[in-house]
Amino acid sequence: MLEAAGLECVRQQRKLFSGLSLALGAGESLRVAGANGSGKTSLLRILCGLLPPDAGEVRWKGEGIRSLREEYARQIVYLGHAPAVKDELTPEENLGIGLQLAGTHVPPDSIRDALARFQVPNSFVKRLSQGQKRRAALARLCLSGSVPLWLLDEPFTALDVQGIGLLKELIETHTRRGGMVAFTTHQDPGIAASRVLELG
Amino acid sequence: MGSVEMRALRCVLWRDLLLALRRRGDVATALLFFVIVASLFPLGVGAQPNLLREIAPGVIWVAALLSSLLSLRRLFESDHADGTLEQILLGAAPLGVVVLAKAVAHWLAAGLPLVAIAPVIALQYDLPAVLYPVLALSLALGTPVLSLIGAIGAALTLGLRGGGVLLALLVLPLYVPVLILGAGAVEMSAAGSGGEAQLLLLAAALVFAAAFAPWAIAAALRISSE
Amino acid sequence: MRWFWYASPQTFFPLAGRIALWCGLAAVPLALAGLYVGFFVAPTDAQQGEAYRIIFIHVPAAWMSMFLYVVMAFWAAIGLAFNTRLSGMMAAAIAPTGALFTFIALWTGSLWGKPTWGTWWVWDARLTSELILLFLYAGVMALRASIDDRDRADRAAAVLAIVGVVNLPVIHYSVYWWNTLHQPATLTKLGKPSMAGDMLWPLLVMLLGFTLYFGAVLLMRLRAEILRRERDAAWLRAGLAR
Repeated sequence: MLEAAGLECVRQQRKLFSGLSLALGAGESLRVAGANGSGKTSLLRILCGLLPPDAGEVRWKGEGIRSLREEYARQIVYLGHAPAVKDELTPEENLGIGLQLAGTHVPPDSIRDALARFQVPNSFVKRLSQGQKRRAALARLCLSGSVPLWLLDEPFTALDVQGIGLLKELIETHTRRGGMVAFTTHQDPGIAASRVLELG
Repeated sequence: MGSVEMRALRCVLWRDLLLALRRRGDVATALLFFVIVASLFPLGVGAQPNLLREIAPGVIWVAALLSSLLSLRRLFESDHADGTLEQILLGAAPLGVVVLAKAVAHWLAAGLPLVAIAPVIALQYDLPAVLYPVLALSLALGTPVLSLIGAIGAALTLGLRGGGVLLALLVLPLYVPVLILGAGAVEMSAAGSGGEAQLLLLAAALVFAAAFAPWAIAAALRISSE
Repeated sequence: MRWFWYASPQTFFPLAGRIALWCGLAAVPLALAGLYVGFFVAPTDAQQGEAYRIIFIHVPAAWMSMFLYVVMAFWAAIGLAFNTRLSGMMAAAIAPTGALFTFIALWTGSLWGKPTWGTWWVWDARLTSELILLFLYAGVMALRASIDDRDRADRAAAVLAIVGVVNLPVIHYSVYWWNTLHQPATLTKLGKPSMAGDMLWPLLVMLLGFTLYFGAVLLMRLRAEILRRERDAAWLRAGLAR
């Protein structure tokens, strides 16, 4: 369902990759591996449409994502490097707003359950640790079962063993239900991915 | 516009207002800046009542311009820094509409307070009370335009080294027509010829800016987020 | 289709060199002729005496400054719409020359004001408008300079140029209106002497000379920019090896 052909990316006058092609179908997961600076984050941002590639095209169900714009955005969840949470809001408010921005409406109880599952305390985000902030961001995945494509950039960073286990469970459940997950990591997360792409 | 987009819009508006409320310090600082700048002029040019009365509209407007400039940084900067801007870019509602909601929220937190405080400054300058309505109306029409035009500059300079100074260089020349019309409305009113023409032009500028600025802001945001 | 072929920096490079040479060679005699006629041959103005002769530089420079901003915005729009590299370079190359002409217009305007009205600067509508135009040019150049990524710099500067060009008439007319509000006496306006034919054609010759000069400078800047950006390209290395 997700296809990319001939992708090329040049950042700061350095060619990170060129002629890169990939395909991801329902129920499959893709692990993008590579050293720091090999272009993992750039590739993910190209796949979600934030970064236009210098060459090549990304297609969702046969149509280019540049023409799909918001329609494509509704089919993906993108969690980037920075846990996209605002310091001045509580995790609950952050999650509620994040979901509304994505166009889904979720009752407050489900939000609280998701946060409880990840054991995120409900104080202002600025008082949370890095790991807790990431958990607060990842809690969104509990409520994104219906969104087909998950694009996760270094999701295992700053997580403890329990957090990693929770995340692995979520990814496996999602792919089992027919969803797709593409994630980047520079370490071995101990999760079996259908495909592996080495960059650099 | 579907209900999903309307909800996302209301959500953005509410979110930005909530954040402004929780960061009251930032809002208050910009307002204080407005008052301080306006207080500097008598110290610089002397406090003769006639002179002050004459320069009052211009001074208040210039101070409003500078204060607006100061508050523009927080429109996108913090969202860019913590990654929430990307989530907004990947949202369900068209970016142009979302950006308009942000500009409205910005005006409510930064521009509207200026309109409320301006009469106090006018008092300091002994501006005749009969001119207060024109002053308030000119600011009420002009400050949203400042927010919209300024947002273009804020989006273009997102995350750059030059920072606030570069933003000022980009945006102040574009502010000139609003300054001329706004101060002009009050001055014409003071001269007795009524400032209706200028106010109408300001209203037209507002409509124009509301229609076209969102495109530029959205384009600039996408460029800055690459 | 020919246009898009020349849109590639590789084919544009030699063409630009040839055109630049001819433009430069043509600009010099034209400018010299225009200046000679303007300074020595054109009749003395009844009201302003000899000092008015500075308009033979001031007016063409002012026209060029505004025209070039529009041209820059045009190429910026093309670059955004079609995503061509050369359009971005074009807009980047126009800005400094446009700013230069704006500065010349301001400086000669000031020189004109001194003998005529006694002050080095007048808040005349046209001069004030030119001043703001200088700020607009400065803004575009400063924005481009502060972004490291070439593509992002081109595109950001393009958006700014387009916003600026849309505002240009608004700024122009609001400044004119402001001038009438605050200086009702028309004496303080830098009035052009009524254009006798003898005065008009050296003006046009100067304008043509300026345009050709701009053409030459633009193409040379473009060549330099192409060298800078394509330094890793194969065609350049092969050409240099020869």
